[in-house]
Amino acid sequence: MSGFAEVVLPHLDAAVRLARWITRDPVAAEDVVQDACVRALQYFPSFRGGDGRAWLLQIVRNTAYGRLARRGRSAETEMDEASLEVADPAPDPEAMMQQGEAMGQLEGALAALPLELRECLVLREFEEMSYRDIARVTGVPVGTVMSRLWRARQSLIKLQAGAAS
Amino acid sequence: MSGAECSRMELLLQADHDGELDVAATAELAAHLMGCAACRERQAELAGLSQRLRSDVPAMGASELLRARVAAMGVARPARVTSRRPVMWGAGLALAASLVLVLVPRGEDGLLDAIAASHIRALQPGHLTDVVSSDHHVVRPWFDGRLDFAPPVKELAAVGFPLIGGRLDYLGGRPVAALSYRRGAHVIDLYIWPGEASGSEMRSGYRVLGWSSGGMRLWAVSDAEPGEMEQFRRSWLEMP
Repeated sequence: MSGFAEVVLPHLDAAVRLARWITRDPVAAEDVVQDACVRALQYFPSFRGGDGRAWLLQIVRNTAYGRLARRGRSAETEMDEASLEVADPAPDPEAMMQQGEAMGQLEGALAALPLELRECLVLREFEEMSYRDIARVTGVPVGTVMSRLWRARQSLIKLQAGAAS
Repeated sequence: MSGAECSRMELLLQADHDGELDVAATAELAAHLMGCAACRERQAELAGLSQRLRSDVPAMGASELLRARVAAMGVARPARVTSRRPVMWGAGLALAASLVLVLVPRGEDGLLDAIAASHIRALQPGHLTDVVSSDHHVVRPWFDGRLDFAPPVKELAAVGFPLIGGRLDYLGGRPVAALSYRRGAHVIDLYIWPGEASGSEMRSGYRVLGWSSGGMRLWAVSDAEPGEMEQFRRSWLEMP
C-alpha cells in the first residue's frame, strides 16, 4: 500500500485546476484543495488502491460544491440555475464579455459556462479523463457526461464563430 | 445527409474525437462522414476547439506552499504515534536539528527571503491562519500530527501581542509551525522549527528577527517598528 503523499501529490495540479474552474477563484481553489486533502487523508484507509486521480478529484469536487453551497444564493448558483431553466445553455453574453476582459476570450467563455457543463469539459480537455472517470467524479451516468460535453462544446464553438464573424 | 441521421451522429463524432468509440461505431461513423460535409465540418470544429482550449487557456497548478502542506499531511501521520514515545521523539528531533544545521549555512540568505515572502503571502485574505484562536490550548494541539516536532505556543496578549492563530507553512525545505500575533495594526508572524537562529535583517521591507530557545529556531517577521519587534522577542523569551 503506497502512502498518502504518493497517491495524492501527482494529482495535486489537476485538483487545483478543477477547484479553480468550479469556484472561478484561484485563491479559494487552493483552500478547497487543502480542505479536500484533509478529508482525503481521513478517507485514505478505505482507498482501495489503483488510480488515485478520480478518487481525489471526486473529493475535491464535493468540497468545492460544499463551499459554493455555503456561500448561499451567490452569483454562481443564481447564474447556473437561470441557465439551466432555458433550453439553450449558451452563457449570458454580458457576463462572458466581462470575464473575457480580464482573461483570454476563450478562457472567459469557458468560465461563463454553466457549472455542470464546465466541470465536464475541463476534466475532458485539460485532464484528458475518460467518460467513465468523469462520470465517477461528477456523480452522473456516462450518457449525461456525453451530452453535457456536447452542449459545452457547441456553446463555445458558437461563441467562437460569433466572435470571428 | 439527413438531419436526423446527423444528430444521431453527434455523440459518435464526439466519442471518436475523445478516443472513446468502439470499432463497429467507428466504421459506421466513417461511412457517414464520407457522404456528409456538414458532419466533417463539425468534426473539424471539435478538433479546433480542443486545440484552442489547450493553447489559449493558461496552464495552472498547485502552489509550492499547498504542495508542501499536503506532503506534510502524509508524513505527519506516523508522527502522531511517535509523539507518545518520548525517547524516539527526542532522537527524531536531534536528527532533524542536525539536518537543519547542515543545510542552513549555505541557504541562510535565501531563507530570510523565503521568510519574508511567506509572511507577505500569508497576509493575503484568508491565508493568515489555519486554526483561528487566541487560546494556546487550542492552537498547540492543532499542530499535533501535522509536524514532527511540538512547537512552543505562547499567549502574549497580556504584554500587548494577542495571538491570532496558527498555520502550517514551509521553509528551508521542511514543514514548519507559523504563529500569527497582532500588534496594533501590524501582524507579526513567528516561524518555529527545530534548530538555531539569530540575526536581524530587513527583507522586502519587512524586519526578520531570529533567536533560539529550547532547541527551536524562531524567526519573527513583521512591518512593526524594530523596537516593538525586540520587545516581542524579549516578551516571548520571558513568558514561561
